[in-house]
Amino acid sequence: MTLPKDFWQGFRDGTPFILVILPFGAVFGVVATEAGLNLAQVMGFSVLVIAGAAQFVAVQMMVDNAPVLIVLAASLAVNLRMAMYSASLAPHLGKISWWKRGVVSYFMVDQAYAASILKYEHTPDMTPQGKFAYYLGVVTPICPVWYAATWAGASLGTAVPAGLPIDFAVPITFLALIVPMLRSMAHVAAALVSIIGVLVFAALPFNLGLLVAALLAMMAGAEVERRISLRRNQP
Amino acid sequence: MSFSTVQIWTIIVGLGLGSYLLRLSFLGIIGNRDLPEWVLRHLRYTAVAVMPGMITPLILFPTATEGTLDPVRLGAAVATVVISFLTRNATLTIFGGAAVLFALHFLLH
Repeated sequence: MTLPKDFWQGFRDGTPFILVILPFGAVFGVVATEAGLNLAQVMGFSVLVIAGAAQFVAVQMMVDNAPVLIVLAASLAVNLRMAMYSASLAPHLGKISWWKRGVVSYFMVDQAYAASILKYEHTPDMTPQGKFAYYLGVVTPICPVWYAATWAGASLGTAVPAGLPIDFAVPITFLALIVPMLRSMAHVAAALVSIIGVLVFAALPFNLGLLVAALLAMMAGAEVERRISLRRNQP
Repeated sequence: MSFSTVQIWTIIVGLGLGSYLLRLSFLGIIGNRDLPEWVLRHLRYTAVAVMPGMITPLILFPTATEGTLDPVRLGAAVATVVISFLTRNATLTIFGGAAVLFALHFLLH
């Protein structure tokens, strides 16, 4: 079986993220090992959960000896955004077979979602199968590197030099993903409401501030779009 | 950390299963049914609604500097946005942002 060109296009678009996934995964491996987890448990996190931010929250709360249920609630709350990604991808990937949707769900990481949704919106004539191939292409360079980097961090441990600002790899990638998305006033409005909202609702527990901010931002984007199209349709 | 092996694996498997169900949720339920236009209009803004809010605290209050504003990280964030605007290329943006981050780090520390 030869891989379709949509796969290779996704592969090419996913490759730069290695630069981010590598330090992020390695840092998780180091932090989780230093917290007292063994190699199997550290790898269990990266393979079964495959969501960096939630994994960091879980390990941090385990270090603080929070009750098991609280650890689960707080780290799952960080991943609530995945349900929004799932809804956002459904109009594009809802028509593929159920097992393929199961595969898409497992590999649903921020970078895969962001790269794919950008591509889908720029290329409306893509078939659902093409969209699926593109998605697989994006995750192919990302997810194996995530596992390998976690393993390297957990095994090599403190060999990673301390004091370097590698934590900032994540915001840099996200900025590289967000800026190309700001292509209309509605998108800019949504992004601004998201930033202001997260600061205003920062005091809410379990990361719920982000969720409230995101819902308000989606409403802002939708409302601005509606008003712009109303104005356009006036005689 | 004072967790038993069973507790640790409960957290790992529970978080893995819960995350998977969140990811599957709408993709699994909606399938090939069509969504009303107003729902689609909201969903179009999911990415720009979630991601800026996610990184805002990481940029303004980094854990590594105990939550205080850090000129290295703030400078790198501004440079990344500018490079992204100018080049419209994800690879160049990520390399450029990382280069500015490390340059500022070694200049200012």
